[in-house]
Amino acid sequence: MSDTYTFDTKDLKEIENIIAKYPEKQAAVLPVLWYAQDKFGHTDSSVQKLVAETMDIPEAHIHGVVTFYTQFYEKPMGKHVLDVCTCLSCQVCGGYDMLHYMEEKLGIKAGETTPDGQFSIQSVECLGACGYAPMLQVTNDKYVNHLTREKVDKLIEDLKAGKKPEFESMKMPQHVNGSDK
Amino acid sequence: MSNDWKSYQPLLIPAIRDLHEISVYEKNDGYQALKSILSDRKKWSPENVIEEVKDANIRGRGGAGFNAGLKWSFMPEPDGKPRYLACNGDESEPGTFKDRKIFEYNPHLFIEGAIIAAYAMQVDAIYVYIRGEYRPWVHKLQQAIDQAYEKNYLGKNIQGSDFSVEMYTHMGAGAYICGEESSLMESLEGKRGYPRVKPPFPAQRGLWGRPTTINNIETLANVPMVIKNGASWFKTIGPDTHPGPVLYGISGHVNRPGVYEYPAGMNIMTLINEVTGGIRNGKKLKALIPGGSSTPPLRADMLDGVTMDADSLREVGSMMGTAGMVVLDEDTDMVDLIWRISVFYHHESCGQCTPCREGTGWLEKTLHKINSGDGEIRDLDLLLAICNRMEGRTICALADAAAWPVRYSIDRFRDEFEKKCKKTVYAVA
Repeated sequence: MSDTYTFDTKDLKEIENIIAKYPEKQAAVLPVLWYAQDKFGHTDSSVQKLVAETMDIPEAHIHGVVTFYTQFYEKPMGKHVLDVCTCLSCQVCGGYDMLHYMEEKLGIKAGETTPDGQFSIQSVECLGACGYAPMLQVTNDKYVNHLTREKVDKLIEDLKAGKKPEFESMKMPQHVNGSDK
Repeated sequence: MSNDWKSYQPLLIPAIRDLHEISVYEKNDGYQALKSILSDRKKWSPENVIEEVKDANIRGRGGAGFNAGLKWSFMPEPDGKPRYLACNGDESEPGTFKDRKIFEYNPHLFIEGAIIAAYAMQVDAIYVYIRGEYRPWVHKLQQAIDQAYEKNYLGKNIQGSDFSVEMYTHMGAGAYICGEESSLMESLEGKRGYPRVKPPFPAQRGLWGRPTTINNIETLANVPMVIKNGASWFKTIGPDTHPGPVLYGISGHVNRPGVYEYPAGMNIMTLINEVTGGIRNGKKLKALIPGGSSTPPLRADMLDGVTMDADSLREVGSMMGTAGMVVLDEDTDMVDLIWRISVFYHHESCGQCTPCREGTGWLEKTLHKINSGDGEIRDLDLLLAICNRMEGRTICALADAAAWPVRYSIDRFRDEFEKKCKKTVYAVA
């Protein structure tokens, strides 16, 4: 299986650069796993083995790290992973309503992937966007804030059409009201 | 200072367009604090920088509220081997969303503060640990760091001096516990984020066994203004015992949620009713979580005259935490809310210490039972007993953080919990 996933010379050069940031190579485990997940879409056991062999670090250690951190996908996920925050501020501002609406719309439950492999939905812990609740994150990248059903509809249409969300700059209310020099 | 806030001009994140660009930051006196230090090394010896920052009493903005300069002074004498500064941008405490504003709007202020800290503690490298979910903001900070390297504020022989320091970003991957300083170091070393037993403290044995100091992002952003204007000026902002500006992250049921910058010690009711425009839909205030999910919730009737600083909040039975305020209206189901918080802590417990690993699970299960109508009054005693067996019995404070909201909510909102319990009558023997 492991020959399905390989790093080419460019990847190996990048990994070398990452390792050079630290006094010990083990410190590069998280960034190298990120690099691998960006390339392969997940860090399942084959990818873990590849990272272990590339870095010459025991596979058990890599596996331990992958399973500790929620953002590393232990199995292949949908093309777009919708992480809906349901924690504290998002809970009291309708995060669960948004989650359930998306579950209904995509016909899957949180933790599942649509049969066509396009979307996964997850209910996640606080993403640090509490003032802009309810909100979600798309595949470990951009945040979509102040969710409404209409905004969810549009997001899903856009993603299906291959259009990724833009970065939303959430201004400080003081700046909006005050003078912008 | 009742009405001073209206004329307050933000210092951490002023309303200046494109301040994240180094040229704009420089035009607005940026990197001047660092330059003045490097151009007058006699006045600004590392010891003197630490003294000034200590005197300013910048209380750590990550939650613990410890004097940042005092923390710096714990670093041992340099011995020629590497020393590190780790900047904590993990920001995972529910209700907290302030440090990302610094990365986005004024990253160079933080970078300058970190470089000054590195100079004062004579460290060789700065690692900025940022939660993995903040990936877009990691890129923003990295761009600012690259600009600072280009202008030789970072790297070798900074501004022609003999002072050199490197700065790197390090992205987490989704773990609340990595905001705990020793867990953060484990994660930086490429391991599972298990907190370390203290002592040894990080200043003795930190990253890779070398002296290390860990500071919050907002804490470091306060440093340049202290150097520029002096500790005595800094202490004129906010209360004597908790000086300086604070980024208040206000969320929940208010009309204008968001991050606001005002002096520490703002009156809580002013923040809710005036700054954020009051409770939305004309509802009444029920409760406030003042500084992130682990700080004990306060009932509306407990908030009269209370201000956002360590002393005032301690007196009324809570904590300043991260100043991530969650405002809750009269319709909020406190049992449901506390159950969801217990889900969070159960999910985020690293599993290293038994009282936390098991306790957070028991809290969640018992609260779920009560929340779904199957609980009994005696389950409230069970919850308190679990809290007793968790608090102070673990390596880090996650167990305490999980227990406090439960304990204080049962104390302060007991009628709501009892209302959800079955009415069971026990025979008296």
